[in-house]
Parts: sequence; C-alpha cells; structure tokens
Amino acid sequence: MVDTKVDLCGITIDNPVIPASGTFGYGYEFAELYDINCLGTFSFKGTTLDPRFGNDTPRIAECPSGMLNSVGLQNPGVDDVIREELPKLERVFHKPVMANVSGFSTDEYAEVVKRLDRSAVSDMIGWYEINISCPNVHGGGMSFGTDPKMAAEVVKAVRWMTDKPIIMKLSPNVTDITEIARACETEGADGISLINTLMGMRFNLRTGKPILANVTGGLSGPAVFPVALRMVYQTAKAVNIPVIGMGGVSSAEDVLEMMMAGAVAVEVGAANLVDPYASRNIVRDLPYAMKKYGIDSF
Amino acid sequence: MKQGFFTITENRKLTPTTWLMRMTGDVSGIRAPGQFINIKLNGHFLRRPISISDARKDCITIIYKVLGHGTEEMTCLTPGAELDVLTGLGNGYDLSDAGDRPLLIGGGVGIPPLYLTARCLTNADTTVILGFNSKEEIYYVDEFEKLGARVIVATADGSCGVRGFVTDAFRELVNKGETFTHFYTCGPEPMLRAVYERVYEKAGISGQMSFEERMGCGFGACMGCSTKTRNGNKRICKEGPVLRTEEILW
Repeated sequence: MVDTKVDLCGITIDNPVIPASGTFGYGYEFAELYDINCLGTFSFKGTTLDPRFGNDTPRIAECPSGMLNSVGLQNPGVDDVIREELPKLERVFHKPVMANVSGFSTDEYAEVVKRLDRSAVSDMIGWYEINISCPNVHGGGMSFGTDPKMAAEVVKAVRWMTDKPIIMKLSPNVTDITEIARACETEGADGISLINTLMGMRFNLRTGKPILANVTGGLSGPAVFPVALRMVYQTAKAVNIPVIGMGGVSSAEDVLEMMMAGAVAVEVGAANLVDPYASRNIVRDLPYAMKKYGIDSF
Repeated sequence: MKQGFFTITENRKLTPTTWLMRMTGDVSGIRAPGQFINIKLNGHFLRRPISISDARKDCITIIYKVLGHGTEEMTCLTPGAELDVLTGLGNGYDLSDAGDRPLLIGGGVGIPPLYLTARCLTNADTTVILGFNSKEEIYYVDEFEKLGARVIVATADGSCGVRGFVTDAFRELVNKGETFTHFYTCGPEPMLRAVYERVYEKAGISGQMSFEERMGCGFGACMGCSTKTRNGNKRICKEGPVLRTEEILW
C-alpha cells in the first residue's frame, strides 16, 4: 500500500492534489459532480476586498495545448464570500480549504486576510494563498510579484493578520523567480506556490485584432508544464519552505514529476476546465502511478 | 450536467457551411431546449460548445457552422466515432411563459436550438421566423413545418421569402395586426439587438434571448463568459445562455 499523505505547512492532507484557484470556483459546483472531499484540499476563487466584475469579454482564447484567460479576478468580494460562498461550501467540504487572496495594495491584501481570519467561517480555512501574480489586472496583482521588495511588503502586511500558514503564489513573468521566493521566505512566508500563468496573446486573423478584450492574458495548460517544472525545481532548491507546484498538471504522472522537482503538493488548474472530473481522476490514479514507479510515500 | 461518451450515427452537410451531426448516448442530462453540449475534440485543448437542436430517446442532434479549426475537423468525423461530451449545459428556454401564440426568431447558426423549442411547444399556435443571408444558406424550413409551425423565411438578399432581416418579417406580421404572447430567439448579436429593439422595446413583447460568448469550461467554473445583467453578473454558460429581455442591459 502506498501512502499519498503529505504535510503542507504543518497540516497533513490526504493527498497532494489541490485544484487551483480560479478553476474550481468555491467548490460547490464540482461537489454536484463528485465528492470533493477526495481532494487534498482546493484553493478557492481569488478574493478581493470589493466585488469585481473583471475584464470585458472575450476573456478566453485557445492555444496549442493550452488556453489564455483574462478573467481579471471576478469575484463577489470578501464580505460576500464570508456570508454566502463559504457557508455553502461548508455543507459539502469538510477539510481545511485554501483561501486565495488578491489585492491592489498591501493594505487590501492585509484587510482581506484580516476579515477572513476573524470571520465566523475562519475555521474552514487551513492556509492563505496570497496571489501576487495575477497578470490580468492593472495596478495590482502581478506588480507585487515581480519585485522582491514589494513581494516582501505584502508578506509583512498579511503576516500580522493571521497565525495560519501563508503561501505566496508567484508569477513566472520574472527574470529570477528564486529571488522573489527568497524575499517572501525572509519576511516569514510559510510556503510558495508557483507558477501562475505566463503572459501571452493571440490575434483574430479575420479582424486583425487581439482575441482577448484585455489584449493580453495568462497562458495555462499542458503547454506550460515544462516551464513550471523548471521553476519549481529552481525554487525548491532556493528556499527551505514548502513549494506547491502548478502549471499544466493534467495527470497523476505530472503530479509525480512535480514532486520529483521538489514540490510538496501540486495544484491542478486548466485541466479542471476541460474535464470537470480531472482532479478526482488524478486522486484516483495517483496510488497506481506511485506503485508503478516504486514510490511508497512522498 | 452529465459527462458521457456519444457515438456518431450521422454527420452530413446541410448547406455549404452548415452541418448536421447525430449521436447516441445518455441524454438524461438535458432538461430544456436552448441548452448546449460541450464536445472534446482530439488535438484541441478546449471543448466546443454547440447548441442542442434536438434530443430524443438516446439521440442528440446538433447543427453546427464551420467557423474554425475545431468545427472544420468535426466535419471529418464519421459514423461510429466516439466523442467525450458534456451534456445539459446552461439554463435553456423556459417554456412556461410561451402563452398560446409564441414567436420563434432564429438567424443563421442560431436557428438550431429553436427546433427543439418548437417541438416542445406542442399546444401552441407557433410562428417561426428564420433569417438567412441568401437562398443557398437555407436549411431546416421543412423540419419546422413538419412540427406544425407556421414558418416565415427572410433572406438579406431577397433571394427567398421576405427581403431583409427577421425584424422586417416581424414588421409585416405586426402590420397585418398579428399579436404574440412571448418570443424566443437565437442568432448573431446584431440580430439579437435588432430583435430586442423592435420586438421587445417597440412592440412590447417579452422574450428570451440566447447569447453566445467564448467559453473556457462551459459549466461555470472559469468565469470566462460573464456578462452584466439587471439581476447581477451572470455566466453565459451557467445562468445563461438564455437571458430574459427584462434583465438585459442594452
């Protein structure tokens, strides 16, 4: 019998499979399809202080082995998430969930974490995943994740607001991702997750204009997997805190590769959008893949 | 929503750019006309969302326009091929508002979902206006007539039926003093806007309009196809594709 359990910043999870933020909503829609308690955990939709509609449509463009999105952090705002979304999730998910937090200022990141951490549903939250890497918003998001000083400022600001583990979600759109990771570790981050999407664009041949209304978007899917692996490998060597690997993971074998690269857990993103059962299937297949490659535990 | 494997039984050309495909499988996920399915194609990352033209027993009919690589490859699929399909997506049309004189307005590739709609409106005196660019693009008129509906064709170039758009055909009916209880429509956005203006705003008939948007997942997870309405943000794939005239922000 193989053991799929892993320790993620002091919390043991049944397996390292974690649907990534923005591909799994607030969970309950997938709970209509399967028992989402089979997952290690999942990271809920990026939450900001105020409600956001996000960018204009089209927000989606297909690519070879992947997709671009420019959703732009559409979410109902932290107060609504606390009042509506998390109570709905509580009925169908009985494990600690990962709260994904976004912002446009260090104060906003801190305030969102503060409200979640002091809310009636704070017990549901196991970890905060701080998204400093959204490529689809202006004046926030990724701008915090491309400068080690600013990344450190965000860690410092949210560190005050909670005793729960803080995982910083990093952008691959940088010269040296390990520098950002180290800056986060120095300020007290408990973990690093990477990679968010790679910035890209596509044109509509008929109109000669970009397909996405936002002009650029973030590339995800199997196309980015080797890039993600490389960055996970480099980052895991550079820091002493746990690293969650993500980027194009679509199978149990991909999970194993991420773990070999140094990840302690793995997020599954775009695959959920193509096959709503993708994460469940990876959880199901993982013990067999481990056995096949002689891995008893992580 | 249900995921299932469907076997193609038929795939043929209706017009130079429009194809019909039939496939068998578990159709129990389909609850209403106006819903769509999302098809996984080999070699393409995202699924292809296509409206349901008909669903009965274990058979789904779709009618699709060849627009890009995905739909182009669909034309090469042959009977016996198996497809991974998500069925029963979106809200679909609510037929409880149809009344006894419903009006169905379809334009080009927006016509297919109206077929199942017309078939479900068995107890009504149904009028169907179908708009095409020209005679060569006309399809499915006989099929609608076989359902017992009155069909009026409009072509933009005047090569068949009323010369002009679906709204011109509608105006002729109104000028004759005809009235309608509710309308259902699907078609390109310029047509939807014209229908909204003429049929809803000017003639005062409430209706339900089916919208199209580039989708990521097709089942509400990615927020790729959101739109603003008077009732808040809605996902075209989940709370849509059908919106009521009263909630549309035009």
